[in-house]
Amino acid sequence: MYNPKMSVLCLSRCFRLVVALLVVASLMSGVTVSYAAYRAPEVPNINIMPIDRAKFLVGQKFDFAIEVKSDTPASAIEVLVNGKKAETFFGKQAVVKFDNMSTYRINEVAFPQTSKVTVAVTVKTEKGTEKRTVNYEVPADKIKKPAKNVILFVGDGMSLQARQMARILSKGITEGKYNDLLEMEKMSNLALITTSGNDSLVTDSANSASAYATGHKSTVNAMGVYADSTKDPFDDPKVENIIELVKRTRGMSAGIVSTANITDATPAAMLAHTRKRSEQNFIAQEMLNPLHRPDVILGGGSRHFLPKSVPGSKRSDERNIIEEFKELGYPIATNKTQLKQAGTPDKLLGLFQLDNMDVYVDREVTKNPAVLGKFTDQPTLMDMTKTAINVLSKNQKGFFLMVEGASIDKQLHAMDWQRATYDTIEMDKAVGIAKEFAKKNGDTLIIVVADHAHGASITGTYHEKDGKTGREAVRIYADAGWPTFADADGDGFPDNPNPDVTLAVQFANHPDYYENEKFLDVPTSPAIMADGKAIANTKRAPQGGDLKVGNIPASDPSEVHSADDVPLTAEGPGADYFKGIMDNTEVFHGIVRALGLDGRNEKK
Amino acid sequence: MNKLTSRVIIAMMLIWVPLNWLGQDGTIRNESSLFCTPAQAAPAWLPWFGEEAAPLEFSELYSGASALGLEFSPKLESLKGKKVRISGFMAPPLKPTLNFFVLTKVPMAICPFCSTDADWPDDIVLIKLSEAVTALPFDRPITVTGQLELGYQMDEETGFVSLVRIVADNIEEAN
Repeated sequence: MYNPKMSVLCLSRCFRLVVALLVVASLMSGVTVSYAAYRAPEVPNINIMPIDRAKFLVGQKFDFAIEVKSDTPASAIEVLVNGKKAETFFGKQAVVKFDNMSTYRINEVAFPQTSKVTVAVTVKTEKGTEKRTVNYEVPADKIKKPAKNVILFVGDGMSLQARQMARILSKGITEGKYNDLLEMEKMSNLALITTSGNDSLVTDSANSASAYATGHKSTVNAMGVYADSTKDPFDDPKVENIIELVKRTRGMSAGIVSTANITDATPAAMLAHTRKRSEQNFIAQEMLNPLHRPDVILGGGSRHFLPKSVPGSKRSDERNIIEEFKELGYPIATNKTQLKQAGTPDKLLGLFQLDNMDVYVDREVTKNPAVLGKFTDQPTLMDMTKTAINVLSKNQKGFFLMVEGASIDKQLHAMDWQRATYDTIEMDKAVGIAKEFAKKNGDTLIIVVADHAHGASITGTYHEKDGKTGREAVRIYADAGWPTFADADGDGFPDNPNPDVTLAVQFANHPDYYENEKFLDVPTSPAIMADGKAIANTKRAPQGGDLKVGNIPASDPSEVHSADDVPLTAEGPGADYFKGIMDNTEVFHGIVRALGLDGRNEKK
Repeated sequence: MNKLTSRVIIAMMLIWVPLNWLGQDGTIRNESSLFCTPAQAAPAWLPWFGEEAAPLEFSELYSGASALGLEFSPKLESLKGKKVRISGFMAPPLKPTLNFFVLTKVPMAICPFCSTDADWPDDIVLIKLSEAVTALPFDRPITVTGQLELGYQMDEETGFVSLVRIVADNIEEAN
């Protein structure tokens, strides 16, 4: 209480006394905040794969590999796992080669028990010995009531801001309150996911999808492997992925659905193992491999399935992967009509474009023949998701389905936030379909997550109603007011992608490009490559626009991924796992925990 | 291209053609730029003594397209082996030393040869040259005239697959 009789000086003395007492008390009781020291990253001479702090599902198969860099060839590599010789522990012979890059490798091993694991490596060289220790974890976390099915939605590049753009355009906002939330936002659990791979702060889609599919970090352009030092894109140490696990241990069905080439990074990482995501012909033929053959495959990119003699094929051989699937009993759909006619077979291959499928705005809103060409009958992501669920849910043992909204990323790379947003809404409606299915039986976990972010933010609104253009027409703070998108027909998509007051979406990173804040009639690249340098594409703003000087290396002609954490929302059995800030590898562990998978089981 | 430039180029070609026949030492070729050497594949006099070039648009390449493949249009089939003229944009080549480049309908954002995940669109035309070019106008439309080739072909050096090719005998800036 304030005592008017106490002088200011006296107050100050009292205060100092109190502070001093508090400091002494805190020291005595140990209530201090301490921070763990850390060192700047360094590349060790002994590279152990899987990496330090890797986490495994018990029984999950992996290749154990060590690479040792030394001036003179190593003479011995000794590996102890929990104090036992690795060969004894794993019950398998190691293949060891001594060179300036010596290697030690035991393929296809697994941890048979849940426990903490310590791997100690001792290398002998002419100069003496070098040691390195890494720690692994094989968690024992068990769920009481497991999920029968898991549906994983990956909004490629769908940052928090991308979700918000979709919420504004799809639902609208009145007096500062959103009229509604997205389907993907009306879910019980929310977590923030960190996205880095083991090689770099900023990830690509292969690497990040691989973390979701295997529970292990990987490297830019790689999936289902730890990248070793050799150039061969197929020899890197593998880690068993989710499709392999659900098939091997439980005989579940599996499906992949994407609006991109179905051999593109995100769907590919659910099943394939390669250092190089661009090996899309290999990935297409890997889909036939019974170890990880999806029962439902729906998307674009038939060019990697057609023999090279067929015009439009990108294969370098005469294999007809579509025919090979047919021989395995897969009905084939190549347009929306055929997809509808397919009904609910036991398995299904649908390829609806030679390349990536067109984006929602072009497919369903403007239907611009200059963009679509002959591909005027492509299904929506909702159609594909619904069909996939209908087919996969026939398996009484359950299913794993991955659905990707691929062009959210592809359009944000092109700095076309309107096209990206319509595709985010399209994926949200697909989430709605999955939620409807999950509601029926309550045994399906739905996860909606991005694989990385983009540097796009909403600065305010943009209009030229008072004659201002360019940066002066970007309306900030109170001038922003509200954009005038409307959805009169209530289909969830705004009727006009180019209203008189639109969003001012600005990018943190970009090449040289022209910006006029308007919707582009046809998808147009912001920059083009000329003599190895990205230069602004004059076709981008034919009505005129401001030149934005690039702030990333001129070697890249598009906006690039940002390292921002991304939101994950989840609902259903096992959704409780997802909360707080989580590493991207935890998405896998949340999935296998929800399903109650045990890698030691073999399906009967 | 205005008339004056055309005349200059024709004049240059008239000088250059005999040089080719006499010298063959490659010194001029090493410094070749796209517009200073309009005739690089076929003999330079062909455009004047050969047939009229038939105009071709990117939208006319294929009459049918589905996930099961592309179909050459009857027009494209009928022009096989004949002289055609098409306008588009030059995509960045894999290496500056290559004697072919890819002509695309719109300027290419991504250099598909240097990017891991990019690939070429379906409607492209491979332009064969007798030699590599160094001055490359990627951002302005160009018109290529030459003999049309159709069918699968893979470049030995780069593994690049093409379906529609033009053996160029003239390249100029499009109007």
